[in-house]
Amino acid sequence: MREKILAMLEQNGRIDLKDLAVMLDMDEAALANEIAQMEKEHIICGYNTIINWDKTTEEKVTALIEVKVTPQRGHGFDSIAERIYNYNEVSSLYLMSGGFDFTVIIEGKSMKSVALFVSSKLATIDEVISTSTHFVLKKYKVYGMKGYW
Amino acid sequence: MRNPLSDKVVAIQPSGIRKFFDIVSEMKDAISLGVGEPDFDTPWRIREEGIYSLEKGRTFYTSNAGLKELREEICNYLGRKYGLKYQPGQILVTVGGSEAIDIGLRAMINPGEEVIIPQPSYVSYLPCAVLADAKPVIVNLKEENQFKLTAQELREVITDKTKVLILPFPNNPTGGIMNREELEEIAKVIIEKDIFVISDEIYSELTYQGKHVSIASIPGMAERTIVINGFSKAFAMTGWRLGYAAGPEEIIKQMIKIHQFAIMCAPTNSQFAAVEALKNCDEEVEKMVEAYNQRRRYLLHAFKEIGLDCFEPFGAFYVFPSIKKFGMTSEEFATRLLNEEKVAVVPGTAFGDCGEGFLRISYAYSIDNLKTAIMRLGNFVKRLETVD
Repeated sequence: MREKILAMLEQNGRIDLKDLAVMLDMDEAALANEIAQMEKEHIICGYNTIINWDKTTEEKVTALIEVKVTPQRGHGFDSIAERIYNYNEVSSLYLMSGGFDFTVIIEGKSMKSVALFVSSKLATIDEVISTSTHFVLKKYKVYGMKGYW
Repeated sequence: MRNPLSDKVVAIQPSGIRKFFDIVSEMKDAISLGVGEPDFDTPWRIREEGIYSLEKGRTFYTSNAGLKELREEICNYLGRKYGLKYQPGQILVTVGGSEAIDIGLRAMINPGEEVIIPQPSYVSYLPCAVLADAKPVIVNLKEENQFKLTAQELREVITDKTKVLILPFPNNPTGGIMNREELEEIAKVIIEKDIFVISDEIYSELTYQGKHVSIASIPGMAERTIVINGFSKAFAMTGWRLGYAAGPEEIIKQMIKIHQFAIMCAPTNSQFAAVEALKNCDEEVEKMVEAYNQRRRYLLHAFKEIGLDCFEPFGAFYVFPSIKKFGMTSEEFATRLLNEEKVAVVPGTAFGDCGEGFLRISYAYSIDNLKTAIMRLGNFVKRLETVD
């Protein structure tokens, strides 16, 4: 049942609890309880809003940065990762298989600000061997949502 | 000038479903809960297969019975889903399930033989029977039986002239289904009286209380049953116009003859896309079924809250609430609901006289749509109650 609840919330985090209970054939209190429990267990980590910033006056650019690093003895990738993800500019960070180690996703105000962040903060970390920055030119589908971009 | 028309055709009534929707399409802000068509797009992988097939230039006729590969996949599908054992030679791919109903009746009926049609049911059985020169015999299904056909009801209408029973479950418009035990009772009568069955199972994927059971899976029935199914409802492929009939080779062969002269073959592009549907879309279908089920629960719950009586249906994507307590006909109720609250539903009488006192409401619409419609329906019901 948890998976069903999650699948529904993943589609619409603001769905009316009463409706959801009916749709899943659950008691409303039990459902609320289950959701609270999953929040506690950090299965549900938060509720985001999917925004098309292009339709606002706010300037935003998204960049994917491939980063190669030298893992540290005793810490592997984790402590380097921590140094990177603690920057507010970094919205997502993934350890990758294949030709490089990290994908850093950055939401910045301009290409220039992103470039500055990479050159001054990311590239200067001792263990970082190289970076390669890719800017997103156009979004087609985000979080399963298409047709809004 | 002489009368250019066939009396038989002129006497047939046009479908009662469409009437309201011509009004709806011209009414601003109107919500329709009327059409029996999935609101989902055909899964992309099926559409993509159709596109690929066109790019490959597969635009020729297929064999009359349909692509061999598709017929093989249909056999696999009917086997793994419903335990039915068919060979490709027992399958005819048709232009929608509706064609299969039409030519099935035409292949089996001699003038004057009787076809038993349980109602409320899909609008095409009766005219197809008439066009096949059959004498239609109506069985009025009852709400207290959850609109199932009982062996008793069947026995009462069988005569020496009875040839075919049309078995429409999961049912449009009631959403009623029949389980194995209930079908076994029907099968006993069918075998004893030596008649045949055209089992319209187009909604077989859409059941919400156990898996669908095909009457052809009951011992002794495969040899006297034409199973009709298709892609429209299960795979959201209405516009692809693709269905099929599975049955004894002796009957299928005669059906192929009619199909060959009237149709030639089902759309080639649709047939290639359908192979993909049967092979790789179980998960997509499952998702759609889950969504329908959630809406079904939502509607039944909402009916309870606004005070509309409805038996719990476990199939298709329709609910069939009773409006008997409001003291008006289905047609009146539906007309007023449309004019006063801009919600279109189909009067139960479109599916047979015994549909009087009921409405067919489709839940092949988004929850948001259903919500707005329920609010309006609630207002309407409240108004009727206060006037009383």
